[in-house]
Amino acid sequence: MATHETMMKILVTVKEVATVEDEFDIDGTAIADQYLGADLNEWDDYAIEEAVQLQEDGVADEVVTVTIGPEDCEQTIRQALAKGADRAIRVWDDSLEGVDLLDVGAKTDILRAVVEEEDPDLVLSGVQSGDDSFGATGVSLAADLGLQWGAVVNDLEHDFEDGTASVRRELEGGVEELTNIELPAVLTIQTGINEPRYASLRGIRQAQRKELDVQSLADLGVDEGVVEGDLTLTGMFEPETESDVTVFEGGADNTAGQLADLLREKGVAP
Amino acid sequence: MSDILAVADHRRGELRDVSYEIITAGRELADQTGGELHLVIISGTVDEFAEKANRDGVDVIHTVDHGEEFNHDVYTQAISQLYDECGPQFVLAPNSVNGLDYAPAVANELDLPIVTDTVGLESDGETLVANREMYGGKVETTVEVDSGPAVATIRSAEWPTAEGTGDASIEAFDADIDEDAVGSSVNGFEEVGGGDVDISEADVLVSVGRGIEEEENLDIIRDLADALDATLSSSRPIVDNGWLPKNRQVGQSGKVVTPDVYIAIGISGAVQHVAGMKGSDTIVAINTDENAPIMDIADYAIYDDLFDVVPALTEEFQ
Ligand SMILES: Cc1cc2nc3c(=O)[nH]c(=O)nc-3n(C[C@H](O)[C@H](O)[C@H](O)COP(=O)(O)OP(=O)(O)OC[C@H]3O[C@@H](n4cnc5c(N)ncnc54)[C@H](O)[C@@H]3O)c2cc1C
Repeated sequence: MATHETMMKILVTVKEVATVEDEFDIDGTAIADQYLGADLNEWDDYAIEEAVQLQEDGVADEVVTVTIGPEDCEQTIRQALAKGADRAIRVWDDSLEGVDLLDVGAKTDILRAVVEEEDPDLVLSGVQSGDDSFGATGVSLAADLGLQWGAVVNDLEHDFEDGTASVRRELEGGVEELTNIELPAVLTIQTGINEPRYASLRGIRQAQRKELDVQSLADLGVDEGVVEGDLTLTGMFEPETESDVTVFEGGADNTAGQLADLLREKGVAP
Repeated sequence: MSDILAVADHRRGELRDVSYEIITAGRELADQTGGELHLVIISGTVDEFAEKANRDGVDVIHTVDHGEEFNHDVYTQAISQLYDECGPQFVLAPNSVNGLDYAPAVANELDLPIVTDTVGLESDGETLVANREMYGGKVETTVEVDSGPAVATIRSAEWPTAEGTGDASIEAFDADIDEDAVGSSVNGFEEVGGGDVDISEADVLVSVGRGIEEEENLDIIRDLADALDATLSSSRPIVDNGWLPKNRQVGQSGKVVTPDVYIAIGISGAVQHVAGMKGSDTIVAINTDENAPIMDIADYAIYDDLFDVVPALTEEFQ
């Protein structure tokens, strides 16, 4: 139970990511529209779940989500609300239309304005987004605001003794770092930290009535100039492959037979 | 303003391989910008690390003797101060879990753009052009950073390690670390993923990924592993879902395996997965997607539905 004196307010950054079909074409510096889909970012799903569990454990009393994205992504935002977030903020602006927004600095400037307005005790973001995989926004945001942070967190204790978050950071090679981080802080959440729930029917119904506040850059007092960014996507291509893969052709029985021969040749299950 | 400042990575008393790779990446870039390559080593047994990192291509090694293990606040402060002192054009950091814990903060502190997880870097001395993947490796992109200094993180195992003894000058840098600004502390490390099986010992691995869809479906994979007398392993989502224990996970944050035969079933081949299995002798991929990145490293492939192929394959051995 909470030993943090007051109940915490949590802000979760939620992104709708682009997904790509198996077969696709590249059109200029983007995947052609007809091959693109949209989904809640996998890592953010875990961040949302962690926030909702903190609320269920009586540690947090409000979970707010923030998304930079056009109206189209409201369905994804409603997913977060259906899973238990209390309300959502969506930042959008005509000036963002058609912009790749790869620049971490630009995202930081926009999200900083929201964090300043909401003043949360804890910000949870995903480790990275599944589409452009920069993995930098959460830490950049913390540094910009003078908050503490921890990247790639795969365990968070829910007691927050002395205003400190006890976390595990997942390092490479099966090693975890046990770290204490002072609040307020930004944690970037790794998959596997919990088991994200499916939204219940009741949750989905309730989500329709929850507040989804749309803010423009002007509303947030953010200069439109941030949109310019320092990064430009100038090319997109299918990776060159050095692949010299041997493909087994035919129906499943046929291919399985060929693979079985190969495996026997390699000494597997002789 | 044409020098490169690269940051070494170490953990629990060992320099990590990416420290030698970043020397290669940094040297290549410095040759293009016409500058020097500076390497900074922060915390730990810095003098010993500096000696090891003194390989061909490094011009100056700066050591910051402060604390034992990684702390992002110490790194951020030390790198920012060194940046102000040396004025490099580009700062390179590893795209490791720790790299991602300080590089964005350094960029923010210095008000520089950042491009992460790069697999290629080029510069005319002013502008940084980076190659990086998107959509889980389905496409590669070129990203141009506006003219001027920038921070980039490099993907591990993309550049060869620097070899050969170097003749860098080794200089202690007296960073002024503000302890009050250090808001996090490390209490220890724990190895996870132990237990009864060690997949890194197996000769044959039958490895399953998200293509399996449901926990119940794992049975067909188990049956195959049994029929082949092989060991069962998996990609991360299977472990994240709690369907298999952590000690079965192959990859960057799991185990590195080098079996004779690795059969990847319904695994896309994300870079963090490939990091753990690319050293396998023979790699077989069963995947409906011909373009899945796993195909780049597979020796044999079946482009078909695993639910058809796997039972048929099991039958071959019964
Ligand atoms: C810091 C960090 C550390 C990570 N560490 C690891 C790690 O240690 N190990 C790891 O594995 N991942 C790791 N990941 C996650 C990694 O980025 C990928 O998300 C993950 O590897 C994807 O697993 P997958 O290939 O099983 O799933 P997906 O990428 O979803 O691929 C599923 C594949 O199954 C195929 N498929 C679907 N249905 C069928 C069918 N019926 N028949 C045949 N094929 C089918 C699809 O075409 C697809 O290629 C890490 C990520 C981060 C950010």
